[in-house]
Amino acid sequence: MIHDILTFLTTSANWHGPDGVPARLSEHAEYSVIALVIATLIALPLGLVIGHTGRGTAFVSGIANSLRALPTIGLLIFFVVLISPHIHGKGDAAYLIPTEIVLVLLAVPSILSNTYAGVQNVDPAVRDAAKGMGMTGIQVLFKVELPCALQLIISGIRSATLQVVATATIAAYVSLGGFGRFVFDGLSQQDYAQMASGALLVAVLAVAADLGLALLQRAVVSRGIAGRYAKSGSRRFSGPANAPGAELTEAEFARI
Amino acid sequence: MIFGYLSDHRAEITTWLEYHAWLSALPVLLGLLISLPLGWLACRYRWLYGPLVTIAGLTYTIPSIALFVVLPGLIGTKVLDPVNVAIALTIYTVALLVRVVADGLSAVPDDVAQAATAMGFQRLQRVISVELPIALPVIAAGLRVAAVSNVSMVAVASTIGVPELGQLFTNGFQLSYFTPIILGIVLCVLLALTFDTVIVLATRALTPWRRAVKTS
Repeated sequence: MIHDILTFLTTSANWHGPDGVPARLSEHAEYSVIALVIATLIALPLGLVIGHTGRGTAFVSGIANSLRALPTIGLLIFFVVLISPHIHGKGDAAYLIPTEIVLVLLAVPSILSNTYAGVQNVDPAVRDAAKGMGMTGIQVLFKVELPCALQLIISGIRSATLQVVATATIAAYVSLGGFGRFVFDGLSQQDYAQMASGALLVAVLAVAADLGLALLQRAVVSRGIAGRYAKSGSRRFSGPANAPGAELTEAEFARI
Repeated sequence: MIFGYLSDHRAEITTWLEYHAWLSALPVLLGLLISLPLGWLACRYRWLYGPLVTIAGLTYTIPSIALFVVLPGLIGTKVLDPVNVAIALTIYTVALLVRVVADGLSAVPDDVAQAATAMGFQRLQRVISVELPIALPVIAAGLRVAAVSNVSMVAVASTIGVPELGQLFTNGFQLSYFTPIILGIVLCVLLALTFDTVIVLATRALTPWRRAVKTS
């Protein structure tokens, strides 16, 4: 099996043209990045406001949980059947728009719940001290709460990224590109090597994206917040270990 | 419209629903059985916690559709065998629950564990009758997430031809017909809510002391 995958991945023909690995990679990355940017633009401000004011927490965690119960593939097909007949021309738009809607719906809950949980988990003493120093509400939010919550917020974006990259695979089911093409084409052609290679490529992309965000997290989160003081100059790398669980545990444990 | 479709296709939809329920529930139970000892090990031997949680995190990066199609090559089943789906979901459930079980057990107050030892509980006995019940709400929260997301993941398996509620989506897609799609979404959500409610009620029943604290 490993041999088959290696053969597929080392065949030069599979690396060129519109069906090649690089072309599929750029499609897969494009679907994922668009969805993540939109989801962050929606969830981050909303989460900051909810965390700062403390209003609507129960409502939002309820919504986030029910979004999780919606079957992704069902939603995708629903939006394709709903939207695509109304879009003409414009290349892939008829299938791209429904796919992005589903991916955004998938990404929003993780980012949203981690953002408000992160803001709410800021030590009240710290918040009081900031107020006591004369900061306005907005200043407290952006100069104190946001930096303190950044670790959790990026964890939320990381778990959203994992989910989105993994789920962008099913875009191929509605005739779009991406690595899912290999999976579904391989399935219809009974070509196991192609299928397995597609699966492997998605997993590799997901891990690479997660590592990239882990590095970003390390770069932008204050060392004091992350607990990385200059102890002995030893560099500890927090790999993808806290990726998927972080969002779940934070969001779920907050409700207990 | 939906009810008409439902009564016309009652036999197959019932079969798909049963199948879907089994394919999502069984992995949760199996996953729980596997992750309880693993989580306990990760809690008891702290050096295991890091590697176990890392492996679990990496496992979660594998897309479900990918695992469904790769498993046959690894374990020698047929590509369309539903067993692949059950095994894949069990793997995801374990990946999710190991960390939750370990965290839940670690959060048991030390004085409670010591009191149990002082009362003469053996180690295994202490874990089963003192630590697990205290960690139960945390583990149940993880179980709810696993059960609900399993229902959604099982539906994905219909794209590779496994018969369950996802068939309503693929059928609706081929016919550009809303009714089966909406019916499928509704049934999936209802199934997920049912699992969620069962776990919440079971947790309440198993942890009567929490209600006693709340009402007082």
